[in-house]
Amino acid sequence: MSRLDPSPAADLPAPILRLDGLSVRLPRNAEREHAILDVSLALAPNEILCVVGESGSGKSMTSSAIMRLLPPGVVADHGSIVFDGRDLLKLSEAQMREVRGAQIAMVFQEPMTALNPLHTVGQQIGEMFRIHTAFGVDVIEQRVHALLDEVRMPDPQAAAGAYPHELSGGQRQRAMIAMALALEPRVLIADEPTTALDVTTQAQILRLIRDLQKRKSTSVLFITHDFGVVAEIADRVAVMQQGRLVEQGPASQVLNAPRHAYTRQLIGAVPSLTPPASRPAVPGGAVPALVVEEVSKTYRTGGFLARGARVTKALDHVSLELPKGATLGVVGESGSGKSTLARCIVRLIDPDGGRIMIDNLDLAAMSHRQVRAATQRVQMVFQDPYASLNPRRRVGELVAQGPMAHGVSRREAMAKALSLLSLVGLDPAAIDRFPHEFSGGQRQRIGLARALALDPEILIADEPVSALDVSVQAQVLGLLEDLKQRLGLSMLFVTHDLRVAAQICDVVVVMKAGKIVEAGPTAQVFTNPQAEYTRALLEAIPGREWSAHAAPEQNHHKGELT
Amino acid sequence: MRFLRLYLRNPAALIGLVLLFLVLFLAGSADLLFPGDPLSLAGRPLSWPLSNPRFPLGTDSSGRDIAAQIFHGARISLLIGVAATLIAILVGTVIGAVAGFYGGWTDDLLMRITEAFQTVPSFLLLLVLVAVFGSNLLTVTLAIGVVSWPAPARLTRAEFLSLRNREFVQACRTLGLRDSAIIFREILPNAMPPLIVYASVVMATAILMESALAFLSLSDPNVASWGNLIGQGRGVLRTQWYVSAIPGAAILLTVLAVSLVGQGLNDALNPRLKSR
Repeated sequence: MSRLDPSPAADLPAPILRLDGLSVRLPRNAEREHAILDVSLALAPNEILCVVGESGSGKSMTSSAIMRLLPPGVVADHGSIVFDGRDLLKLSEAQMREVRGAQIAMVFQEPMTALNPLHTVGQQIGEMFRIHTAFGVDVIEQRVHALLDEVRMPDPQAAAGAYPHELSGGQRQRAMIAMALALEPRVLIADEPTTALDVTTQAQILRLIRDLQKRKSTSVLFITHDFGVVAEIADRVAVMQQGRLVEQGPASQVLNAPRHAYTRQLIGAVPSLTPPASRPAVPGGAVPALVVEEVSKTYRTGGFLARGARVTKALDHVSLELPKGATLGVVGESGSGKSTLARCIVRLIDPDGGRIMIDNLDLAAMSHRQVRAATQRVQMVFQDPYASLNPRRRVGELVAQGPMAHGVSRREAMAKALSLLSLVGLDPAAIDRFPHEFSGGQRQRIGLARALALDPEILIADEPVSALDVSVQAQVLGLLEDLKQRLGLSMLFVTHDLRVAAQICDVVVVMKAGKIVEAGPTAQVFTNPQAEYTRALLEAIPGREWSAHAAPEQNHHKGELT
Repeated sequence: MRFLRLYLRNPAALIGLVLLFLVLFLAGSADLLFPGDPLSLAGRPLSWPLSNPRFPLGTDSSGRDIAAQIFHGARISLLIGVAATLIAILVGTVIGAVAGFYGGWTDDLLMRITEAFQTVPSFLLLLVLVAVFGSNLLTVTLAIGVVSWPAPARLTRAEFLSLRNREFVQACRTLGLRDSAIIFREILPNAMPPLIVYASVVMATAILMESALAFLSLSDPNVASWGNLIGQGRGVLRTQWYVSAIPGAAILLTVLAVSLVGQGLNDALNPRLKSR
């Protein structure tokens, strides 16, 4: 592909890492024959190349192939990976070990699982020196502290002696980056390094990678699914689809004037940060669908006889009102209590105090037996489309089990399931199939059909699209919006993604550490945030400037998709 | 079908299945090939195998046909194995499921009871139960089942602990399903694969326990069992060793068959572990 590319490598210095017609073959019974097919990429010295794609695009396989860490049964069967004049695919395993870590280093998505929980962070970073150099203990210790200082770890001395679980997610990722940079590698491969992090932490880590890259002139191959992140960090962009490279070029060109239809579709599916002006005003005056008053939930962990116990206020006197027919967004970072709030409302978690009122019914005061009957009015859509459907039940049973639990006959419930499946845009033939036969987006539709089977008035959606690819996300959001209108639902929408909130919510509340720090109509909160924390959240959204600039066009595309 | 293919791909599992069918054949054909009471006197005592065409496997010290006892004994071994396993798995699953699902003091109470059973060596407990309640076929089977349930209970509890917080279980709760429906219809089917595999272990040990009891003359003396036969041969072990060795081999092969089938089930139910 790069040979056909009109913005050639001619004006760039000789690449440090070059993939030439690389193909990676999958085992015989896999979904497709090749994970990667005929991919040619060049990483120039001192640049950040972003590889973007949805799940299954082969972007992570590309980094595994470069590190020669492909899963068993998967082989690079064509092409070459030239690094420093040598084809990595032809090196012996011993030679490859010299390259890994020392010359090409890697940062993974989930720092908790990439770090060994039994060793301190300092030991793990020091290991890089112990394996690859002959430094003495003192020198290693100095280097480790210098590295932790360099990745701007607060209190490097203490961090070196800490175990991974004692650090926050962002600090762990800093430690991972310190480890990767220990031997001053010439290439750093970062595989979705900020996907597991909160948005404000993500912004810090992205800035850190950018700074370190500039300072050390490392080349970075940055793998991501998020165009916002791309806009934040990339010098050049390569877009992958189904194992093929469909477009590559300078960041400004790919982001603002994409050539390939797939790139246009992907960028079009990124929700805009500007709330749509066309949103009907919140129907005011009427009785609210749901009122949450002073709800609290406190967790106590550890400690014997209350000594040394840690008290976490997951919800601290939270009050909010969901107007009838509106969508209320609950936004916040992990640990803000937004999911706890959603689970308290459906009584999956019992609140310690406060009232949860629907009309004159107080859900918080009900016994579990009473809740079982009242659940018909409030239903929930879950986050993980893979974990939220029982793998051993057919789709029809999954959707019909709610009504059947409330006394509807099997035949009626199945008939209803059939009509619901077509309502959420699935083939009615799906009724006899098992969940694993469906994609993530389709499974989320099944989950939605299950929730709607009880004819609820209120739908609680807990991060319903955060596990989905961006194009599928747009479709599911469109469906939610459409059904809400048609069935007259009120919706409480929990999300960490402010872009999604901007598009779908009428009213937003911003939560932090169990408290609501700001509440108001979406347009107001997004354009004129009052709380310091809200401003920080909005500032941290990756690709903020780019998407503000590209907003008008996006809305146009969004319309097409939904 | 896919499951069967996965299972049959494993040669050890296939051998296990063949052996198990062989034991089933022994049990099924006992009345046809050896009609009459296998414990009745048939001929001269202690005739070696193959020395008399009427007794291909010889006779024991009381002059009873060993072949007849082996065929009829297969029934007893399988009967006790299957029945005791069913009891153990049933009791264990219910206790483990309730403990794992509800947690809290229910869990504490049930697990302390389980531990009480586990701290006593199970064979010792079995001896006590048989000594107290007598040794006919029914009590022996019940007693073996009663001493075997703690391990399946712990296994079920562990599965439930990891499954009860899955989103699909929470979804069922928001739909208003009853706890019993959630436990038995939603979670249990997902917890079954390791239990099915473990059942083979329980069955193998149940067969061994019965044989051990019989060897100590504590099992039902009025049925032809392999263990009884081994016990019979104890007195003539140095001269007529075949009296003990033949039923010993039968027990070995049966336990091997059950274990291999269990291992094969395990590999077929967890195909990902297999490919590692």
